[in-house]
Amino acid sequence: MKIHEYQAKEILRRYGVATPRGQVTADPAEAARICTELGGRCVVKAQIHAGGRGKGGGVKLAKSPAEAREAAGRILGMQLVTPQTGPEGQTVKKVLIEEALDIATELYLSVTLDRARERPILMASKAGGMEIEEVAARDPQAIFRQEFDPALGLLPFQGRAVARALGLSGDSARKAAKLVASLAAAYLATDASLVEINPLLVTGGGEVVALDAKMTFDDNALFRHPDVVAMRDLAEENPMEVEAGKFNLNYIKLDGDIACMVNGAGLAMATMDIIKLYGGEPANFLDVGGSASQDAVKNAFRLLVSDPGVRAVLINIFGGIARTDRIARGVVAAIEELGDVRMPVVVRLEGTNVEQGREILRQAPFHFLVAEHMADAAEKVVAAAKGGR
Amino acid sequence: MAIWVNDDTRLLVQGITGKEGTFHALGCRDYGTKVVAGVTPGKGGESVEGIPVFDSVAEARERTGANASMIFVPPPFAADAIMEAAAAGVELTVCITEGIPVADMLKVKAFLRDHPTRLVGPNCPGVISPGMAKIGIMPGHIHRRGSVGVISRSGTLTYEAVWQLTNLGLGQSTCVGIGGDPINGTSFIDVLAAFAADKETAAVVMIGEIGGDAEERAAAWIREHFDRPVVGFIAGRAAPPGRRMGHAGAIVAGGHGTAAEKMEAMRAAGLHVVDSPAKLGETTARALGL
Repeated sequence: MKIHEYQAKEILRRYGVATPRGQVTADPAEAARICTELGGRCVVKAQIHAGGRGKGGGVKLAKSPAEAREAAGRILGMQLVTPQTGPEGQTVKKVLIEEALDIATELYLSVTLDRARERPILMASKAGGMEIEEVAARDPQAIFRQEFDPALGLLPFQGRAVARALGLSGDSARKAAKLVASLAAAYLATDASLVEINPLLVTGGGEVVALDAKMTFDDNALFRHPDVVAMRDLAEENPMEVEAGKFNLNYIKLDGDIACMVNGAGLAMATMDIIKLYGGEPANFLDVGGSASQDAVKNAFRLLVSDPGVRAVLINIFGGIARTDRIARGVVAAIEELGDVRMPVVVRLEGTNVEQGREILRQAPFHFLVAEHMADAAEKVVAAAKGGR
Repeated sequence: MAIWVNDDTRLLVQGITGKEGTFHALGCRDYGTKVVAGVTPGKGGESVEGIPVFDSVAEARERTGANASMIFVPPPFAADAIMEAAAAGVELTVCITEGIPVADMLKVKAFLRDHPTRLVGPNCPGVISPGMAKIGIMPGHIHRRGSVGVISRSGTLTYEAVWQLTNLGLGQSTCVGIGGDPINGTSFIDVLAAFAADKETAAVVMIGEIGGDAEERAAAWIREHFDRPVVGFIAGRAAPPGRRMGHAGAIVAGGHGTAAEKMEAMRAAGLHVVDSPAKLGETTARALGL
């Protein structure tokens, strides 16, 4: 789960991370008032989940409260397009008004999981303000990696090593070491999957401040963090994905025109792959769950056909514990109940009692295109999607 | 031969009194697995279809000689269940539970350093040695005893591969689902090493997914240590970066963990890499010279 920058800063402050003074608002007049409180100079920052906001015109420096009002008025309500939003952009509903700080140095910090080492790892770099993937690709040596024990947290000497690697000394080094430990503590305490400060700022006065902040959380651990769940902003998520979540369906919207419904995540990915291999474009990833119950199939189907970009549907179910004939009856019943399905539906069933299952589909009042195996299914659905155009 | 699961397996089921636990405990028993005990704290003394239930793994193990455990405990309590099994000296622990927090799995991994057990999973279909025994939720009847080892991060995609093999007359020695989470107990390399020591296994089908670098490391290991044919597939070539594709571990992050990288590493290590998941069976047959 993702949250906004202002929410991430709220959490990080609780763990002792210094952030610029500021306040979030949805009102330009309020923006001007906050700017006055901050001393008459401020930064107006669009609050959307996607990164790259500055490049899309979502971050503006205001040299007066009037400028802050004007910038907030322009940013609020805009469709902000960034490299991460897609071409349609994301509507800005809130802006964060923060004091403008003088920048001496911009650094980078993040905490995440090192899957190979099975440990949390803190990454630090002097190349602040840049995409860390680009830095890693160009010069891996420019990233300092400090692994730590989740039971102990990041130890003081490890924090000092990070500060040294960032080229800091004296008071700034002490402050940075403390901030690094706070960041690790926040990561562990909230079950975060990523905490990223980019840039981390060293001011002319030697203060060390998180100028930007990004946090994402382990979805599997949200049950023990109701305060984090309360920060969820559904408006930032794809409406079809939100709808799918209500039915416990695992759905991800993609850009193609072939909808697919599959039981199991691995088989669902493989189905998308084979559609592409045969020259089609999948409209989504959808896992209806291993057992593919009639209810799950019905809810999934309703969701898939509500996507206006969809031209054909591929249902790929491997009947394991649940027999194929029973699944076939479920698919037929689900489509009958929905009624008025006008697009071609290719069904590929495999597993136990597969012949009976296919026969049920062939006898059904709805005209299914019955496929014999995965390659056949891909070929049929790609042809059907092209024919429907 | 087969690996890890065989006729000597004596299985206990943690979470046996839950709906899923009961269903699959009986499914394992029907397949021929010796299911000797169930464990649900607070329900000791009860029984499930003739299987005695105990309050703790230690007690179940002492009274029944169980040497393997299958876990169906809900996610918030599953890590504790794994550690309880390990502390009781269970040799093989198969955790089916999906949705365990990463932080909990890090604790489990630390605990297992001092309390060794062969943990398979979590979030996996389990382990089956066809014709002998199964520990897990896979449909037993699609399998057939034979000489192909199968290792996979997913469930139904593994069944797909197994079904293709079975329909071509290619049986399986053992099929191991290592699970779709970013932190798991058993890696591809652990399974490959066990297959390497198993005379019956003549070839291996390895099914990976996007995310992490477990497949790349396995490919490097195969190049150095494994001389039997390995057929490889990676699911998720069509997946967009930054999105978790169902499995918690299936995500391309920071530009790494793509299917293309993994397939390239597998090719470079001499694996028979298939582009189409529909060709796993026939490619295995060819790799075996059939």
